Amino acid sequence: MEKKIMKGAEGLMCSLIEENVNTIFGYPGGQIITVFDALYSYRDSFQYILTRHEQGAIHAAQGYARVSGDTGVVIVTSGPGATNVITGLADAMLDSTPLVVITGQVGASLLGSDAFQETDVIGVTQPITKWSYQIRKASEIPWAVARAFYIAREGRPGPVVLDITKDAQSEMMEFTYKKCIFIRSYQPYPELQPENIAQAAEMINNAKRPMALVGQGVLLGHAEDELKAFLKKADIPAGSTLLGLSALSSDFSLYKGLLGMHGNLGPNKKTAECDVLIAIGMRFDDRVTGDLKKYAKQAKVIHFDIDTSEIDKNVKTSVAVLGNAKETLPAVTELLQPAQHTAWIQSFEVCEKEEMERVIIPEIMPTAGPITMGEVVNRVSEATNHEAILVTDVGQNQMIAARYFKFSRSRSMITSGGLGTMGFGLPAAIGAALGAPERRVCFFTGDGGIQMTLQELGTIMQYKIPVKIIILNNSFLGMVRQWQELFYRERYSSTPMNNPDFPKIAEAYGIEGRKVTKREELDDAIEEMLKDNKAYLLEVEVEENGMVYPMIPAGTSVDQIILGD
Amino acid sequence: MEKILYTITVYTENFVGLLNQITIIFTRRQINIESLTVSKSSIPGIHKFTITAETDLEMVKKVVKQIEKRIDVLKAFYHTDDDVIYQEVALYKIGAEALLDNPEIESIVRKYNARILEVNRSYGVLELSGHTEETQELFERLKEFHVLQFVRSGRIAITKSTVERLSDFLAEMEARNPDR
Ligand SMILES: Cc1ncc(C[n+]2csc(CCOP(=O)(O)OP(=O)(O)O)c2C)c(N)n1
Repeated sequence: MEKKIMKGAEGLMCSLIEENVNTIFGYPGGQIITVFDALYSYRDSFQYILTRHEQGAIHAAQGYARVSGDTGVVIVTSGPGATNVITGLADAMLDSTPLVVITGQVGASLLGSDAFQETDVIGVTQPITKWSYQIRKASEIPWAVARAFYIAREGRPGPVVLDITKDAQSEMMEFTYKKCIFIRSYQPYPELQPENIAQAAEMINNAKRPMALVGQGVLLGHAEDELKAFLKKADIPAGSTLLGLSALSSDFSLYKGLLGMHGNLGPNKKTAECDVLIAIGMRFDDRVTGDLKKYAKQAKVIHFDIDTSEIDKNVKTSVAVLGNAKETLPAVTELLQPAQHTAWIQSFEVCEKEEMERVIIPEIMPTAGPITMGEVVNRVSEATNHEAILVTDVGQNQMIAARYFKFSRSRSMITSGGLGTMGFGLPAAIGAALGAPERRVCFFTGDGGIQMTLQELGTIMQYKIPVKIIILNNSFLGMVRQWQELFYRERYSSTPMNNPDFPKIAEAYGIEGRKVTKREELDDAIEEMLKDNKAYLLEVEVEENGMVYPMIPAGTSVDQIILGD
Repeated sequence: MEKILYTITVYTENFVGLLNQITIIFTRRQINIESLTVSKSSIPGIHKFTITAETDLEMVKKVVKQIEKRIDVLKAFYHTDDDVIYQEVALYKIGAEALLDNPEIESIVRKYNARILEVNRSYGVLELSGHTEETQELFERLKEFHVLQFVRSGRIAITKSTVERLSDFLAEMEARNPDR
């Protein structure tokens, strides 16, 4: 291979090209300026997005990675630039999102001297990244970048930080690139264990009331078809975690709904009735399990996961099936006997009916009173033919959107699950729109969350990003208000909010918008929002004291799920 | 579950920051590290950590998995005291006067099989290798002679098993290298 002499910063650009990076999110500054200078020379090689805050850059990269399956790339400066991406790193770590985040760092000779804008980025990021590494010599850049992409992407994905000292950016180097295909201390894909696969199949073959829990591992492993074949062959009903949503389309016959704190009645209650519980690429988060001491005690548990450390972490398994779901699911499916669990599957209907009458109909089809969040979500989902990508913020808007938006395509739900980061949504929606340019992106948020990263309207303006923003304005930090109403004797401490005129703010950014306060205007406004492929901000005034039900109060067990009054 | 002392051995690549990555796994789970020894291993480029901590079996299994999950960690193992031959070194510094004035120190040194590393006009330094209880016992015996300094190393350990798990592991991993 031909060797070229160049600056480290240019070596970084060439390395990113070798990794087929085409979109970069970032924000410049003093200790990364050399890299941005190189980026200027390579501006035709990348789509570069200057966000309005580094937090925006990293959440955008997360949204991009989640819809596209590619690794998101972020470049920021040292010190405050680096600390501003911390929330995004923690978020991506919990939600297994592949990212490579490049931070500037002071010159190597100044390290440890409390130099201007020096932060111990490696020390700070180690606990919340899959790998973080400081590059102090230009010659290390290709090696470190190759390793970073390999680590971020392979196995269970996650965020990686490369902290590049200023002198490494400007030092001259010889550029040759070799993709990383092996790290001896890291085995991303555990070897398939035929005995466990056979045991799992036997357990499922003997099951009377099997039930599957679908997690994001299915999406990350591109195993949607394999999952469907598995479920169909043994006739297994399935619930989905928040991050697993859209792996199965909403109308798939064996799909029984959302698991967890605000999930559907059926899949939650049935967790306490099934005899074999089959977890696929999910990690038994406490928001899914409720009280672990009472969780699925009657069931044998089969856990499919790529990450060995998830096995027995929260729930003791009877059989662990380690590996990529794309391989393990077909391996088990092959050994399954076709089965029918008609009565068991029908038993979900009682729950469905009860939830429909007591919760769903009043939420999505109210006939009087203020607009509800659910009806907005439902109508937007219908108006987009259930084909849009849903992005949410955090809070009631997130739970209602997860409950009532419907999916017909995979990788259509982008939300901050593990960390529950308010402010995630708007930049993530930007990233989603860039990562799936042929698809429509509908972003639901609260009046609180939107204001945490509101400045990213500037990014939408500058790059004309076609995000449909729907603010469900209840003039409260609604989810906290809900807990205060239920568990804190209606003492609404720090939750009521006076809000600005959101469409006016949008207007200042050149984004069309409208506010809706009456039910009769809603359809028309949604139609107007969806009339073209431009950004739009729709603010809907929804009921102030809306509640998300069903609910498994924190610390109680899944079958103690409540439906409200 | 019963809490006992586990010895956790960790083999890593030689990168900066690994100590931090490993110790925070313990702190996050509120496990106190009782002792910690880091050194180069017999295989060039590979570092070995020997850590002792009191916890239960379920937790030590989780901790080991979390340690192994770190990219630059090659392998981690946990052992009970029965699985390993282990040792610690203790040093005791005693003032010269106390040493010279107390003939019974000689018999103590003999009895415990301690070594005298240094004697000068101001002080003497004794050394004893053994298990914690043994080095502690000698410390208790010497207390009356006014021990100026007492220090004990972390544990080092060698497995009793005849299988050399790290080299097997390395061979196994190298076999996976597509570039081989
Ligand atoms: C960064 C951050 N701060 C605080 C919280 C705690 N929190 C969770 S939901 C919520 C309320 C969200 O209110 P809003 O954005 O108006 O949405 P709503 O629940 O009303 O839909 C808060 C404060 C959080 N999840 N993230």
